[in-house]
Amino acid sequence: MARLSPVLDRTPVLATLLLLPAAVLVGGLLAFPLTLGVLLGFKDATIGDPGSFIGLENYRYLITDPVLRLTALNTGLYTLVTLVFKLALGLALALLLNQRFAGYRFWRSVLLLPYVVPTVLSAFAWWWIFDPQFSFISWALVKAGLLHHNLDFLGTPWLARGSLMVANVWRGIPFFTVGYLAGLQAIPKELHEAAQIDGASAGQIFWQITWVLLLPLTTILTIFSAIFTFTDFQLVWTITRGGPANATHLFVTLAYQRAIAGGAMGEGAAIAGFTLPFLAVLAWAALDALRRQP
Amino acid sequence: MRKIRRRTVLGWGLGMAAGTALAQAGRSEPVFKPEKDASLRLLRWSGFVKSDEELWNANTKKFTEATSVPVAVEYITWEDVRPKAALAANLGTGPDIIMGWYDDPHIYPQKLVDVSDVAEGLGKQLGGWYDVARTYGYSERMKHWIAVPVGGTVECLTYRTSWVKEAGFDQFPKDPAALLKLAKALKAKEHPVGFALGHAVGDGNNWTHWLLWTFGGKAVEKDNKTIAIAQKPALDALEYAKELYPQMAPGVGSWLDPNNNRAFLAGEVSVTNNGISIYYSAKKDFPRIAEDINHSPFPIGPVGRPTELANFTQAFIFKHCRFPNAAKEYIRFMLSADQAGPWVDAMNGYVTPALKKYQELPVWTKDPKATPFRDGIARMLHNGYAGAPGQQAAAALAEFIVLDMFADATVNGMSAKDAAARAENRLRRIYRG
Repeated sequence: MARLSPVLDRTPVLATLLLLPAAVLVGGLLAFPLTLGVLLGFKDATIGDPGSFIGLENYRYLITDPVLRLTALNTGLYTLVTLVFKLALGLALALLLNQRFAGYRFWRSVLLLPYVVPTVLSAFAWWWIFDPQFSFISWALVKAGLLHHNLDFLGTPWLARGSLMVANVWRGIPFFTVGYLAGLQAIPKELHEAAQIDGASAGQIFWQITWVLLLPLTTILTIFSAIFTFTDFQLVWTITRGGPANATHLFVTLAYQRAIAGGAMGEGAAIAGFTLPFLAVLAWAALDALRRQP
Repeated sequence: MRKIRRRTVLGWGLGMAAGTALAQAGRSEPVFKPEKDASLRLLRWSGFVKSDEELWNANTKKFTEATSVPVAVEYITWEDVRPKAALAANLGTGPDIIMGWYDDPHIYPQKLVDVSDVAEGLGKQLGGWYDVARTYGYSERMKHWIAVPVGGTVECLTYRTSWVKEAGFDQFPKDPAALLKLAKALKAKEHPVGFALGHAVGDGNNWTHWLLWTFGGKAVEKDNKTIAIAQKPALDALEYAKELYPQMAPGVGSWLDPNNNRAFLAGEVSVTNNGISIYYSAKKDFPRIAEDINHSPFPIGPVGRPTELANFTQAFIFKHCRFPNAAKEYIRFMLSADQAGPWVDAMNGYVTPALKKYQELPVWTKDPKATPFRDGIARMLHNGYAGAPGQQAAAALAEFIVLDMFADATVNGMSAKDAAARAENRLRRIYRG
């Protein structure tokens, strides 16, 4: 040990040694499989055959594939629309739960439920809620005399997309609420009090103080939620499997259907490859936002 | 010793081999002598009916008692078998035997043990294999059997007798035109028909393939290259679907496999395509509906012969299995009359065996409503018809190409031509080079 210590005293050596375990973890569990996945996208591999290198052929085909174009549209809409609702509703709920009222602790924990329940289970619940024959929403509306027949939630393309978005919003709200609750509690009370003394209205206090102070947090919550939503799989696969007629496929479900179910590994990897630029930009934005945090 | 002698005999000629196989199959002692200290792992789909696993486990226990070969049976959801089997094939490790679906074995034929002796032995002993079973089990590429066909979960049209009568039909229609007439009459009486157009792996694929084929359409020609989906017969089938769709219950566009069972039992639809399971759940929980249920084979269209599709399952042994003889003996044992008979009977006909002799089982006649399921394997074509089983056919089925073509033409309101063109585009890609 005595001989080792002078070597270890040198910063580059010690730093390398200390970084090594993390580097092995990140390299072995993330970078290596990711690289393999990207490489697979340049091959015509199928499930029984490792395939050979075909360059950009998979990508060239996919940009002409109407199903992929539809999937890109679906994924973009799914991410954007749900983000707006998740953010707005999540913030509204956080503002509400930030008040002290009877049983506020109870309601805060209830709010976490959609986030805590395994997605597959809640997806099954939504599948029943959207069932063309047995939906309780349809049942209630028909009983109340507002409708004459059941709603076909998942059987027509636009309604199916909308229904999946509702389920996604429901599951995603708590992420924003919990984040915003923490953010709201970190805002010094003095600021609000000072504003009140100066005669500011509730709207002014919200937009000039609360919203401004929550902005950095909003950036981070939005980016992370965008990443989760962009790569959603379970809700769609459980509720529609991408149907009717591919109307609700997202990049990840389409990649799964073609690679794992259909055996076209190379093409599936290329479909997943389409998500990488978006995810890279989002990840870069997230890191940048984190770096700017005080 | 026996193995060597048998192989030699096979070399002498088919007739002699047939003789030996018969003689061997008749014996109660093992035909394939398990290796010393052998043990096996089987991966199969979990039973659709409870009695399936009970009998399968009991038969496996019998096998272990007779041969002292322990067999670990793992049951997983039926849709998960394909990826797991592919993983085992790619990695060269995992289960020894897999009971997989459709053309799984044709995706990696070079990784599988030649089971010609098992298949030919069983075939000779039990009335022979249905044509489609041979297509699924025998590899034209390898020139030998790569899998031993087990059977299929045959589907029939399940219907409410009283409602069909009410609509003016004493007999269930035998051709598509009459079926459409019936569907319209039923719709008028507020008893719509219902066929899955969502991504229902079993129900959706099965009825749309029947419809395509019965009009003479097909995805690909026999050469496994020329895409034939945009030709007139397929377009006729699509036009037919466009007329049938408005007669269906709302929501079929989103139906997955369980939906039609629920809708039928709730009295929301009058006719649907399904395995025998609806009838048996009705018998258990809704006896009055069960009394009113009957089954019919799918109608026969312009092509003039039955063209059904059933979820077909077969057993195959990987070359990485250290005890191939034990594995062969296990498959032979499980599909022999003493074991398979009670197994199929106990499942109430949910699986129709691929060996013709099993038509004689009491399950098919004890309740006449089960009889239409008996001949389902004789009535079916292989998926990917008229092409060959293999990676391309498997991909086309897994990607719901045919099903989505019908959904495009109906649910999505596309013209028959556009829907077929979209399917053609994707099939070209799958069957390329």
